[in-house]
Amino acid sequence: MAPGTQAQLQEAAWAGLMRAAQAGDGPCYEQLLRAIVPFIRSLARRYSRGPAATEDVVQDVLLCVHRTRHTWDPARPFCPWLAAIAARRGIDRIRRDSRIARHELNDEAAYETFAAPATNNDTGALRAAEQIAPLLAALPVRQRQALEATKLRGLSLAEAAAESGQSVAALKVNVHRAVKSLRRLLGTDG
Amino acid sequence: METEQLIASLGQGLSPVKPLRPPQWRALLWLAPVGALVLLVVLRYADLAAMARRVAQPRLALECVGALLTGIVAVVSAFYLSLPDRSDRWRFAPLPPLALWLACSGLGCLQNGLGLGPAGHRLGESTGCFRFILAVSVPTALLLFAVLRRARPLLPLRVALCGALGVAALAAFVLQFFHPFDVTLIDLAMHALAVVLVVGIAGLFRRVTLSPAA
Repeated sequence: MAPGTQAQLQEAAWAGLMRAAQAGDGPCYEQLLRAIVPFIRSLARRYSRGPAATEDVVQDVLLCVHRTRHTWDPARPFCPWLAAIAARRGIDRIRRDSRIARHELNDEAAYETFAAPATNNDTGALRAAEQIAPLLAALPVRQRQALEATKLRGLSLAEAAAESGQSVAALKVNVHRAVKSLRRLLGTDG
Repeated sequence: METEQLIASLGQGLSPVKPLRPPQWRALLWLAPVGALVLLVVLRYADLAAMARRVAQPRLALECVGALLTGIVAVVSAFYLSLPDRSDRWRFAPLPPLALWLACSGLGCLQNGLGLGPAGHRLGESTGCFRFILAVSVPTALLLFAVLRRARPLLPLRVALCGALGVAALAAFVLQFFHPFDVTLIDLAMHALAVVLVVGIAGLFRRVTLSPAA
């Protein structure tokens, strides 16, 4: 079949589907959108770098076609209407990309992360925890229990009192004494 | 989202849409009632005898024709430019009548300015003209944009600028009927400032007034 005839058949088929879509025929509309995706993709490649960016433009054009489907005049050819939308969205994409490139830097290391969650945490906090662990062990048992329950595990005074068997008042005293002892041991007292 | 998912979601619950009329018809349907309203106001309130004396001078007649044509052509262009598949050369269509309008106004003001000496630079009624153009243009532009926004234009700036130029030029044309004296340099500057202000505001608020598709 001659290429001209094939293009005419394609135009007639798409125009027919679009007329049905304007009348509210969902399946015809989906069929049309699937049929025009390769055509849009071939145009979108001119305006984008890489398959992901091309697909972004394709989806952008599909959304635009959806929002402006009432602007196609059934008395006029469908392909120029579609190509105009694709070109417009492609140019907008180039402008957006160049605007972003002017103002932003892509630092791939900034997004780097590790499989073990602990390695992504603040290392200062980790070091402090390592430093304080042997000092906690040196505290009297009741003071250590009071401090661990209220400050490290975040229990309320009532919960910590119920768990440790100490009264709330005794717990407060023991937390106070534990903090004071730790300060003394760390040499930050006063 | 994958493209296939997007297609499926767009197809679900698709509502029927009524295709827009051809742009020349939409422009005519907007211009006709606005023109009828202007005609009523002019016949009721304008000093037609003074206007008839003024347009007897070819330069003033051409100035009026220039303003009117700029208004009509710019409005028609805005309707064409609001559609994706129409030529973007429509944006140049208002330029010839705009050139005629500016040339005739400029010539008049030059003659006045040189002929009348310091009186040619008087402030006169120019602040009233400025307010008139703004007061007529802003509501008319809102009426125009309410119709243009149905097309969800992909290039809202061009549409906004052409549409605003159209209504500002029409306002300046109507002003001629209530402006029974020749323009001075300051008058012309005020007219131009009002037109530029209307076009600038329309350009700034294009996304709000025209609701573009992207």
